[in-house]
Amino acid sequence: MTSQDMRSAPATSAAGAGTSPPGPDGADEREKRRAARRSKWYQRDAKWSPYAFISPFFLFFAAFGLFPLLYTGWASLHRVSLHSPTEMEWVGLHNFTRLLQDEYFWNSLSNTFVIGIISTVPQLLMALGLAHLLNYKLRGSMFFRVAMLTPYATSVAAATLVFAMLYGRDFGMINWGLGLFGIDNIDWEGGSWTSQFAVATIVIWRWTGYNTLIYLAAMQSVPNDLYESAALDGASRWQQFLHVTVPSLRPTILFTVVISTIGSTQLFGEPLLFGGSPSGGASNQYQTLGLYLYEQGWTNFHLGRASAIAWMMFLVLIVIGLVYFLVAKRLQKSH
Amino acid sequence: MAVLTSATPKEEAPGEGDGKRRTRTRGKAGRHLYAGWFTYVVLGFFTVGSLFPLVWTAIAASRDNARLAETPPPFWFGGNLGSNLQAAWTDANMGKALINTVFVAGTVTVSTVLFATLAGFAFAKLRFRGSNILLLLVIGTMMVPPQLSVVPLFMAVAELEWTNQLQAVILPMMASAFGVFFMRQYLINALPTELIEAARVDGAHSLRLVWHVVFPAARPAMAVLGMLTFVLAWNEFFWPMIALTQDNPTVQVALTGLGRGYIPDQSVIMAGSLLGTLPLLIVFAVFGKQIVGGIMQGAVKG
Repeated sequence: MTSQDMRSAPATSAAGAGTSPPGPDGADEREKRRAARRSKWYQRDAKWSPYAFISPFFLFFAAFGLFPLLYTGWASLHRVSLHSPTEMEWVGLHNFTRLLQDEYFWNSLSNTFVIGIISTVPQLLMALGLAHLLNYKLRGSMFFRVAMLTPYATSVAAATLVFAMLYGRDFGMINWGLGLFGIDNIDWEGGSWTSQFAVATIVIWRWTGYNTLIYLAAMQSVPNDLYESAALDGASRWQQFLHVTVPSLRPTILFTVVISTIGSTQLFGEPLLFGGSPSGGASNQYQTLGLYLYEQGWTNFHLGRASAIAWMMFLVLIVIGLVYFLVAKRLQKSH
Repeated sequence: MAVLTSATPKEEAPGEGDGKRRTRTRGKAGRHLYAGWFTYVVLGFFTVGSLFPLVWTAIAASRDNARLAETPPPFWFGGNLGSNLQAAWTDANMGKALINTVFVAGTVTVSTVLFATLAGFAFAKLRFRGSNILLLLVIGTMMVPPQLSVVPLFMAVAELEWTNQLQAVILPMMASAFGVFFMRQYLINALPTELIEAARVDGAHSLRLVWHVVFPAARPAMAVLGMLTFVLAWNEFFWPMIALTQDNPTVQVALTGLGRGYIPDQSVIMAGSLLGTLPLLIVFAVFGKQIVGGIMQGAVKG
């Protein structure tokens, strides 16, 4: 709608240039011709400049985003070795059929799901609660916000290294703390549930503050009179939260769920550095899809298989996306 | 309604210090409520939780390996910070890693912000053939995990013999779909169409328009996008790990060298971690308010 005005802009500018100088007839004629030329130039400018503005982005985007995406699909149909990545041997869907019979693939897929759920759900619930608290009139609210966002500035590597120490079996602080309550040392890394829990806490630590801010921003744009009328109806704080805040936040919640899903599908750095190897633990107990892709490609030198895993990852995301879409539709209908 | 709102300030004023959660005061909208002690306790707990791992990184970096292999673990600083930092600096190539990362993150930030502002402006304010489809393409690929482009990028880097060279890391990060979307959302409202028209009437061609109208209007969002991009580029992990080695690492790559038992000394690992995180923490201490504001702004509009 705004761009409609843009199109007419050159015309008005030309008219302005043509009429403004009240000179003698000959000069006026020349002036008109120049204005016409100028107006043509402006039209061309207005027509083509948008493409000039988007081209630097799209040049890089096509070369390093779009093309590799498609080429990964092509590579997944080939046998490609890490040692000679230019020699590709056509194998059709072999990489995919092989994956479907590969227990390590299913293992990593289910690990990704479990870690994804136990990191995303508590994280978003806590973020919702914290945002609600930060929405009160508060002393030092900016301090709380910045402090809770600091984990976001900490890299995956730095965060995982310190958490790996805190979760240490013999001298880790967490086992020491549990020991105060008489709990024996837990081998966090060695166990299956414990290691997945530990990896999930790293994700939770890094992202809760970020999601809190997103919820807080959404809460601040909820119109005040909604709360006022709810209060008039005698709604308590908790009821206001449940019946005013949460419904108003539904699009934002969906947004964070989608973003977190994408993030946890590609989970890689945390499980890699938690144990220090791409196998994700001695019995692959916390090997994620991202880690399995890396192991296949860069430890076992099978780039074709790695590409196939990448596309499976993409398919999984699309399926989850469709489910979300249907759920969102349902929710919209029911309200 | 009018009665209620006029009553609010009188009621709120004394309510601040009394220890009760004021659940029973009706007639107040959510954000006008003062926080009770409970709120402060919960927020305080999460603040400590957010900061503690970082503080403990520093504590562990100031101890030695022997002390870290004792129970209870140390809760206060020791005297080995200097020597551990030095060890991390020399053994793990931290000096080179820091310089590399500043260069990578800086280049990526400048180009991302520039490209995103130009494209965001075009998508926000100009009409052109194919704009809708192209924008949809941008938004769609925001959802695609980076794993989907890693194999071809690796093949290209191998072909060009760019392994271990910084441009292999910089070039793929230079265009950000998120950045374009972010700038578009900002400029739709922040840049009045009348301003563009006025500039056009004055005879400004497109480049002048961008320089004198678009950039000034976009400056706050450019700053925010710049900071967010810098943080992301600094912490980028997956692709640099594949493209670079320990001879020419970024900070994150150098940290994996530490963690993998390249140097088994735990306190040196923590010192390396600290070195790699400190620059960003300083950025946060200085610009924290702006970064918080930027994330919240992006959230509402996105």
